Amino acid sequence: MSVPPAETAEPPAGTVAQGLRIGIPYAMASFLLGLSFGVLARPVLGALATIVMSIIVFAGSAQFAALAVLSAGGGALPAIIAGSLLNLRFIPMGIAIAASLDHRAVGRAMRGQALVDASWALANRGDGSFDIALLLGSTLAQYPAWVLGTIAGVLAGGVITDPGALGLDSIFPAFFLALLAVELKRPGARLVCALAVVITFALIPIAPPGVPIIAAALAALAGLRR
Amino acid sequence: MNATVWITIAGLALTTAAIKAFGPVVFGGRDLPRALARVIPMLAPALLTALVVTETVGGSGRSIVIDARTGGLAVAAVAIVLRAPLIVVVLSAAVATALLRALG
Repeated sequence: MSVPPAETAEPPAGTVAQGLRIGIPYAMASFLLGLSFGVLARPVLGALATIVMSIIVFAGSAQFAALAVLSAGGGALPAIIAGSLLNLRFIPMGIAIAASLDHRAVGRAMRGQALVDASWALANRGDGSFDIALLLGSTLAQYPAWVLGTIAGVLAGGVITDPGALGLDSIFPAFFLALLAVELKRPGARLVCALAVVITFALIPIAPPGVPIIAAALAALAGLRR
Repeated sequence: MNATVWITIAGLALTTAAIKAFGPVVFGGRDLPRALARVIPMLAPALLTALVVTETVGGSGRSIVIDARTGGLAVAAVAIVLRAPLIVVVLSAAVATALLRALG
């Protein structure tokens, strides 16, 4: 695998193995998230479908969104749309990594599948480029954890009935906050964060779930001020 | 085993793969315009902020709900400031949320 050469001496190019190592704490969080998905999804989807979903979809927030629609008695199309809306943030994320991928279209499409929030944020070099090896390694750590967590949740369904009582729904925001804390050290990031807070709060009451998240991407335009 | 469930799973798997492939396929293999190179690093704080907000105060439907999750997030913030490892951050958020719910 080719790693884009570092332009200056400061951001050294990572390896997949490094990404795997850095990804371990994120994998532990993925396991807990997968666990809560497994517990919540099994009564609605059935054990097999719950596990298959985590194996072939591998997009936590989208899976929770689709599950919420199905739990409420919604059909397949609204469930797919709800999940896809939450996935739309992977479009700006994918555009962001595109210039760091010097492969053919199929190779780029395959590497795009490794896009998950934590890996993407970890791979952000801050100069417009992304460390693709780090991204792949970190996702390789999180994928099995997500699937195993789901299986554990399906199995634990009889013991844990309400993941909310264990506070498991707070894992996602805490996880994202920890990633955000790293990003806030970049110059200009605080202003972007403040703008994103305003956009998100303004849109949650009026826009479908998922839309406030991609609209908040516009806050990144504040980066042009520098 | 109903069809709705399996259609949802297959449909979401396909759309997820397509969405994740879109940027790399359409925008890949080109150099970035200079302006974009300044915007792209800022996408991370923007999108992560939005995720924190929606996962903390997003209710079912289009509503803002302040509940035990907000307390959990505050505890997570303290843990982050204290430089706790990620697993401690997320577990302390979960425990705080669970305690708030048990008390409330």
